[in-house]
Amino acid sequence: MSAVLAEAAVARVERRPGALGQFTRNRVAVFGAVLFGVIAVIALLAPVLPLANPDHTDLANRMAPPFSRHALLGTDQLGRDMLSRVVWGTRVSLVVGVVAAFLAATIGSTIGILAAYYGRFVDIALMRGIDMLMAFPYLLLALAIVAALGPSLTHAMIAIVIVNVPFFARSVRGVTVGMRRADFMAAARLSGQSSAQIIAFELFPNVLPVVVVTASTSIGWMILETAGLSFLGLGAQPPMADLGGMLGDGRNLLEVAPHVATIPGIAILLIAVGVNLLGDGVRDILDPRLKSGGLARIRPATEVASRADRMARLPQTGRAEGALLELRGLETRFRIGRSVWQAVNQVDMVVHPGEAIGIVGESGSGKTVTALSILGLVASPPGRIEGGEILFNGEDLLGLQTPRLRAIRGDRIAYVFQDPLTTLNPVQPVGAQVVEALRAHQRLGRKQAWDKAVALLDSVGIPEPGEKAHAYPHEMSGGQRQRIGIAMALANQPDLIVADEPTTALDVTTQARVLKLLADLRRQNAAAMIFISHDFGVVSELCDRIYVMYGGRVVESGRVQDVLNRPAHPYTARLLACVPRIGQGRHRVVPIPGLPPPTNALPNGCAFAPRCSLAIAACRSGEIELGTVGPEHSARCLRSALVLAEGVEGAGAADGGVA
Amino acid sequence: MTAPGTASDAAPPVALRSVVREYPGRRPSIFAPRTKLRAVDGVSLDVPRGRTLGIVGESGCGKSTLARMMVGLLPPTEGDILIGGRPVGAYQRRELSRLIQMVFQDPTGSLNPRRTVRRTLEAPLAALRGMNQAARGRRVEELMGLVGLRADFADRYPHEFSGGQSQRIGIARALAAEADILVLDEPVSALDVSVQAQVLALLQDLQRRLGLSYVFISHDLAVVDAVADEVAVMQRGRIVEFGVPDTIFTKPSHAYTRELLASHPGQHKV
Repeated sequence: MSAVLAEAAVARVERRPGALGQFTRNRVAVFGAVLFGVIAVIALLAPVLPLANPDHTDLANRMAPPFSRHALLGTDQLGRDMLSRVVWGTRVSLVVGVVAAFLAATIGSTIGILAAYYGRFVDIALMRGIDMLMAFPYLLLALAIVAALGPSLTHAMIAIVIVNVPFFARSVRGVTVGMRRADFMAAARLSGQSSAQIIAFELFPNVLPVVVVTASTSIGWMILETAGLSFLGLGAQPPMADLGGMLGDGRNLLEVAPHVATIPGIAILLIAVGVNLLGDGVRDILDPRLKSGGLARIRPATEVASRADRMARLPQTGRAEGALLELRGLETRFRIGRSVWQAVNQVDMVVHPGEAIGIVGESGSGKTVTALSILGLVASPPGRIEGGEILFNGEDLLGLQTPRLRAIRGDRIAYVFQDPLTTLNPVQPVGAQVVEALRAHQRLGRKQAWDKAVALLDSVGIPEPGEKAHAYPHEMSGGQRQRIGIAMALANQPDLIVADEPTTALDVTTQARVLKLLADLRRQNAAAMIFISHDFGVVSELCDRIYVMYGGRVVESGRVQDVLNRPAHPYTARLLACVPRIGQGRHRVVPIPGLPPPTNALPNGCAFAPRCSLAIAACRSGEIELGTVGPEHSARCLRSALVLAEGVEGAGAADGGVA
Repeated sequence: MTAPGTASDAAPPVALRSVVREYPGRRPSIFAPRTKLRAVDGVSLDVPRGRTLGIVGESGCGKSTLARMMVGLLPPTEGDILIGGRPVGAYQRRELSRLIQMVFQDPTGSLNPRRTVRRTLEAPLAALRGMNQAARGRRVEELMGLVGLRADFADRYPHEFSGGQSQRIGIARALAAEADILVLDEPVSALDVSVQAQVLALLQDLQRRLGLSYVFISHDLAVVDAVADEVAVMQRGRIVEFGVPDTIFTKPSHAYTRELLASHPGQHKV
């Protein structure tokens, strides 16, 4: 089986910087870790450090100030060494905090997992119990528990565990409920695993990060709560050194000997700051919601190299006559960790006024990044435009100041994105969002703009547009939401509409209606369009010309009927051949072996050569130019004459192909 | 289509008899009882042995609910689902899993992100086939080979695989149970076009070699046309048309089938 060989070529997965690397780049978290580490080490070493006995009283030397001869931090009201008591007290606080956090996490997450996994009555019984605990103010509850059990450090810890269990139970239940519906849970049941196995091996490992995050951010709290109970005399009992207790003792001496209260206060502060900073750092690494660069600050426009750098490899002549938009030698790269991804590589494209062009390619081929580069919408970092120019009516869009770019965005060039549910604002009625698009570029009064928005909704086929303008995105179907997206794009009668897979998320019948609408409105408005899709069928219905992308480059371009009927690049030909068409009937699907190359490790020569049955030695080295193969038809292939003459199957067989 | 009600050897691998699945809907008012939504509304179908039954329809037509009922993840509200002539409800979970398995739409979502592929594949081998450690290790290697993946990939985690590779692992897991029937719920919809062709070719190859019966669910008419021996068109929980692909795709008799065909991209210039 050819696929075996193909998959055997290991797809290299570029790892993002590891967890430790991420952590060490977070300076605040590192500070917290160091602070906490130092405190913890000192506390753990207390028995071996040359400290005075913390409980040894010396009434003669009561309330000695810090930096006294025998006591570095002075002594308290009974003449006990403050330094020693602070170190021993920290030890107690840390142990109590960590143990309490561990116990609360274990009990709380067990309750949360069981409630979410079994649902129904188990869920109701467990969670209503948790709700009852949460109904009491937590300090009051802790006080009541200690009052019932009697004051002691252990009892204070039990009280703190009990009041913290609800936090864990609730957050773990929340995560687990979402996970219970995941397909891998269904798959685990189909694998014949028992409920205990599913909880232990499937659920628990996935819930663990949430537990760790919640625990690491709550240790600080628990230390403070323990100190609070000790301060009230309900925790550690004299003579045991405990930070909260020390603070309580020193409170009465604030005017006579301020250091007795201040020093344990500072110790508590340092521990809490250290633990919390460390906990935040751990959360940033483990929290899946923050993983995809949620913390990175994105610039308003893509970073662009200087014009001199961009134009270095570009001929000054050869601009297309009368083009609305022209991309010349566009290069967009992503730098992630140590690797450079050439998402868009030396791309040339021309769009004439009123023309519809299609960009076709698989994921990772660079089609979306090409489209986003036009108006500087590629996220920076990590994206950067490093070469070429983008001429819109003769003006280079790259390197424009942000205000000028904003004036063009949504006005002369408008975008329609794939999933309108993520691009529309969920908390604003759709009419108001169309109004916003209008007023961003036109001087219109509120009433005027609203009327115009309603007219736009009418023109995109929304029934009862006056009513629907007040609806929120979630109240509409996917097809209607995409119609809103189209209305917003058309609001300012743009010269160019960039549509990125606008119908991929829609059902077939809805897709057909939305495509027809888009085609009709584009013609009425005489706007040009760039239509991005992975589907040749969709592109063939809408576009005049087509660009096929592979590995960040244009590999073939031409009029739609030429490219689809007489493909000149083996990739186009093989891709067309392996997509089933209606009416072919049951047949063996012949796939292209292998996978597209990751753009951080492109092969020399033609990027498709490793998967190509026609590849010869010359295909694997040097730069392969985009050559003309017919009127308005070009292909980046040394073997295109053969492909055109015999088709890729015939040529492959004649050549004794290597697929 | 086998005539319903024949003896159990000749019984189709999967037979659906007037299957209904209802979900609780909203309450019109606090005192009124909840309305009921019929996701699947009286479906009767037979899956042909060693061949492929295609089910096409748009999102929300009930095809995924139907798939989950066939493998016993959801009980039907009314009607019977017979696997080898016996109702699904009469089987123990593990017995049923040895007969019928499922491949899910989202290739990465159907793999536990915190388990290696080996552990994911070994779970059904231990629970359903009762294999010991050594036998499991050998079988995992065989399974990886069967779906065209290198055996040493088994020690990787799901995030290290592409969509197409993940879907191959999903197929390997379904094969691990040695079930004869696979329910494929949109198995190639989340994949890129060239990868989609690879997975389709793999499924066709496995069916030929292992004699599997497929229930192939998809919204893509062209894909169903390429793999199915019989096609059912589903709309709002009902089967509106049933037949061989040739008839369905060239001479559709139901208006909805005609609309689906007309909507398929690439049929016309807008």
